[in-house]
Amino acid sequence: MGNENKPMKLAYYPGCTLKNQAVNFDASTVSSMAKLDVEVEELDRWNCCGTVHALNSDNVMNRVAPVTNLIRVKEAQASELMTGCAMCYNTLKRANIDVKSRADALATINDFLSLEKTKYEGDVDVLHLLEYLRDRVGFDNLAKKVTRPLKGLRVACYYGCLLVRPKEVAFDDAENPMVMENLVRALGATPVDFSHKTECCGAYHTVDKPEVIADRTDKIMGSAHGERADLMVVSCPLCAFNLDFRQDDARRLNPDFRNMPVLYFTQLMALAFGCDEPSLRFDLQHIDPLPVLKARGLVQETLDRAPA
Amino acid sequence: METTLRITSARAGSSFVAGIEKISGQKLLACYQCGKCSAGCPMAAHMDVLPNQIIRMAQLGMRDQLLAAKSIWMCVSCLTCNSRCPKDIRIAEVIESLRLTVLRSGQRDDNLHIMELSPDACAVLPPIATISAMRKLTS
Repeated sequence: MGNENKPMKLAYYPGCTLKNQAVNFDASTVSSMAKLDVEVEELDRWNCCGTVHALNSDNVMNRVAPVTNLIRVKEAQASELMTGCAMCYNTLKRANIDVKSRADALATINDFLSLEKTKYEGDVDVLHLLEYLRDRVGFDNLAKKVTRPLKGLRVACYYGCLLVRPKEVAFDDAENPMVMENLVRALGATPVDFSHKTECCGAYHTVDKPEVIADRTDKIMGSAHGERADLMVVSCPLCAFNLDFRQDDARRLNPDFRNMPVLYFTQLMALAFGCDEPSLRFDLQHIDPLPVLKARGLVQETLDRAPA
Repeated sequence: METTLRITSARAGSSFVAGIEKISGQKLLACYQCGKCSAGCPMAAHMDVLPNQIIRMAQLGMRDQLLAAKSIWMCVSCLTCNSRCPKDIRIAEVIESLRLTVLRSGQRDDNLHIMELSPDACAVLPPIATISAMRKLTS
């Protein structure tokens, strides 16, 4: 892991939802990275990543927001940007690939951003946190930091769309990715093999068609239940909202639906590293994970959900 | 759908086809209708026209039927179709270009009315959900 004595610094892009409903994702990322001796430095003056990547090829306007963030990375004297949010990762990475391969598009964006002191020249790399943990930290090294092995915990690792599609941004197999399973195994837990790990959760239809999300959630969680998972881990705050909060709607749709807690993979990591409750923030989970974690002996009986 | 289609050398609707190919950057005629896109589509159950049918109709320049299809608003760009297409056609890009054809028409024909959301919905929905819905469904 590079220089042994000095903590490594890494430019970090949290994204909007990690500062709102997904504070648990942000807090557990920062605290677990500290345990790995990686100092994450939140990008100065970051703005919206652009949310969904625009799929049209005739207008570069939608690349302005992501490229502005990449300019901020250069201004922070960094050449890499790490994010944990699957959507931010996907959008930043795809915009980066797009402008790197189209000189005319990049020139148009730089012209549009003429008030910026720094020009973007395609010289920043975008990394997902899982990719960083696998390739830079290494799961063997990561396992050495585990003080509370998650023994007996059966975990369904859900990837959804944004980590594995399209292939230009995927850092693992599109149909059967394993990076999260390998992380979970390094934490001492048991990953389960379930059929729906790269099936879409329905994404933003949660705004206009929550009944469609209820159906997706029913199928995805049902598939994880079929493999006797205790809980699910995710990397996307939109998947998290759909799979966690929309379980109420799924139960109305299917009376046989059973609840399952949904955590960010960083919360599981922080738990295994012995981080304390303020960096776990299980109180923000809609389906309470404490009963199953207590049943597995992974949290103390006295730990209760903090009042919301 | 009851549609009579007369295929002639006049190539009616060819400007629509050219527009879709330009916005999406895709060659529509590459499709040979294997149906793999529709087989894997997580939204297919909620669609009136399946993804492979959308490509066929786009090849034939069936503008009005395509722009009126519910399917173009159901697609969430999960890209399962793209990643499985044996001809490397980006079906999601074609569907995005159909959405954009409606949204760019100047009619403000939006498929989401964010001001009509209930206060309860607004209280729980994360920004990642509302912003992406607005990006995809509004002009």
